[in-house]
Amino acid sequence: MAAAEFTTPELKDHLDIPSLQRDAMAESKPYVASDKINTAIGFPGELVPDWEAKAIGRLGELLNKYRSLKVYLDACVHCGACTDKCHYFLGTGDPKNMPVARQDLLRGVYRRHFTLAGKLFPKLVGATDLTREVLDDWYKYYHQCSECRRCSVFCPYGIDTAEITMAGREILDSIGYGQKYSNEIIGKVHKIGNNLGLPGPALADTLQGVEEDVKEDTGIDVRYPMDVKGAEVLLVTPSADFFAEPHIDSLIGYGKVFHAAGISWTLSSKASEAGNFGMFIGNYEQLRKIALRIREAALELGVKRIVVGECGHAWRVAYSFWNTLTGIGAGANDPFAVQLQSQLDHRYKQPAHICEVTWDLIQRGALKFDKSANDQRIVTFHDSCNVARASRMGDMPGGQFEIPRNIIRAVANNYFEMAPGTTHEATFCCGGGGGVLTDELLELRVKGSMPRMGALKQVVDQHGVNFMATICAICKAQFTKVLPYYKFNRGMVGGVHQLVSTAIQLGDK
Amino acid sequence: MSAATIFFAVLFYAATAILVAGLAFKIADYARTPAPLKIPTTPAPTSTGGVVLRMLREVALFESLFKSNLWIWAFGILFHGALLLVLLRHLRYFTEPVWFWVGWVQPFGLYAGFAMVAGLLGLWGRRFVVERIRYISTPSDHLMLALLAGIGASGLGMKFLMHTDIVAVKAFFLGLMRFDVQPLPADIGLYVHLTLVALLMIIFPFSKLLHAPGVFFSPSRNQADDPREKRHLAPWAAELEKN
Repeated sequence: MAAAEFTTPELKDHLDIPSLQRDAMAESKPYVASDKINTAIGFPGELVPDWEAKAIGRLGELLNKYRSLKVYLDACVHCGACTDKCHYFLGTGDPKNMPVARQDLLRGVYRRHFTLAGKLFPKLVGATDLTREVLDDWYKYYHQCSECRRCSVFCPYGIDTAEITMAGREILDSIGYGQKYSNEIIGKVHKIGNNLGLPGPALADTLQGVEEDVKEDTGIDVRYPMDVKGAEVLLVTPSADFFAEPHIDSLIGYGKVFHAAGISWTLSSKASEAGNFGMFIGNYEQLRKIALRIREAALELGVKRIVVGECGHAWRVAYSFWNTLTGIGAGANDPFAVQLQSQLDHRYKQPAHICEVTWDLIQRGALKFDKSANDQRIVTFHDSCNVARASRMGDMPGGQFEIPRNIIRAVANNYFEMAPGTTHEATFCCGGGGGVLTDELLELRVKGSMPRMGALKQVVDQHGVNFMATICAICKAQFTKVLPYYKFNRGMVGGVHQLVSTAIQLGDK
Repeated sequence: MSAATIFFAVLFYAATAILVAGLAFKIADYARTPAPLKIPTTPAPTSTGGVVLRMLREVALFESLFKSNLWIWAFGILFHGALLLVLLRHLRYFTEPVWFWVGWVQPFGLYAGFAMVAGLLGLWGRRFVVERIRYISTPSDHLMLALLAGIGASGLGMKFLMHTDIVAVKAFFLGLMRFDVQPLPADIGLYVHLTLVALLMIIFPFSKLLHAPGVFFSPSRNQADDPREKRHLAPWAAELEKN
């Protein structure tokens, strides 16, 4: 299915809640994973013959493994508070993109098979059998959710549609109806070590090229080392940072920060990827297996600190899940986790976000900046959903908002906030997160970015903003793609460490 | 002893048993099911004390709903607040002597009866007027509001239109509590009110009314934000480490 023609939404002065456009996005679905892609990561190759029974069975298993799923499927009262909160609904008007309606696709089947009311009076309580039509709706609409958790902020019970989407995708994978984009990437990360399939030697070449570029630019020998045993810091970053624009400019920034602070660091060819698409597909085993690569690399290299680069969902996995999955963290007393935790230096947070590292160094006066080097930029900051609503930085709740902004203000003179209600925990997803950053979903991505684009337009019009900083590889790739649809320059998105890189003073100490 | 008295006595014993056993089963089920990953919606409190405060604000003030939609919040808090006062007012039918503070609540509980119905009608109106909410509403969503509004209206009806012998009603319920069934006044308004209340008690553990216990078990609200400081491991996830 080639991407169909579509109209880019018009940006207005304020965000209108659309009237319902039934089935507006009923044609939007990602490519189905091939037999080869599925079997490589342990899923059935194609839709199994007894998919209905298998899917119900898997739902039953998940209900007993995840309290979130069980409580969220029961607790919703259909109050409607979430109905106007999803960027995909706001951009498309398709009612099945309202969080509650997206949940109800699964909730209906749950009610039919797991609740007394749904078994006795299905029509009354909105219970449905798992027909092929419902299954296809799962496939379509659980791939029109970026798992950004904006709805969960506004739900009176904290119901998080991301949990429902993850369960939906997990069930689909378990019956051989998985999505090509995510499953192919998971295969690559196991086979080659990163999502982009960049093998070790190519990576070494790239890093050498980066060193040469920085030398040419600054006259200084900044190192971008790989697989250095005994380095203090292992940096784990999204593989897009190695070659994509504007991502690589932030990688350059990380290296300059470590150089200026005199911290020895290394990348790992084994763990050359911070992203973890196991989370997107809601599969605990994949999530864990992908995360364990980082643990193994850390043990092999003997590093004291583990730092994560600019990547939204990777930071969620690292901050919230790594201690659980791999023992990267503190406070454990079981042998598995202690083996690693005893190696780490607990004067530092484990793992740490690169922004925490940089801000800490700035506060200690270890970095010098020429802020005027960023004067051609008028900057705003886009909070990435997984950082904003599923993680933290620093010691205080909300540090994930303050620390990146503090860094920006320390390295640039012109900074403006986007409108309240579109930033901090109410931030709008870029429209490309959670495993939908694939070209066949372009219409969804363009329309889903509309709320963010509208907020951006306001600061562009009012303050002349020409640079939207963000700390997520997916946000950077997504905005680079969709900005032109809204008549913006694709080059106006970049990383926080790109700004750091521009302003940092090296060598003349 | 009239047949109606026996019917309502049996009905309320059964309804109470179903409500208590059903809720106990659901709560035990929620408590037993592990939450394998740390998923508080951030920014979140970093300590247990902070989580208790967050939950209190959520349950008493509907904090998230306030941020979300002022109309739903206003009707919702009007209904729930009024329902609480009405329930407290009704404690006088189950206590002898009546606790002193239940006496204070009486006049407020009376006005709350109207506020409760008003809140319900507001919430119900949104199910017709707002297109998005009309789309997501199931027949049971409407029936639940009809049931609650019916309880409120029949209760107010007995206070203001067709009085019933509340002394006898109290004797009936105190009798039930002591397994000594007393005659129930033969009033149609009372029969309607009590039937609807019993119905509500019976469907509570099988319906969306589970949001009441559910909110306390919501991992996005009841977890502390401390994953780097403490290792959080579900039993089934720990099994994976033994391989």
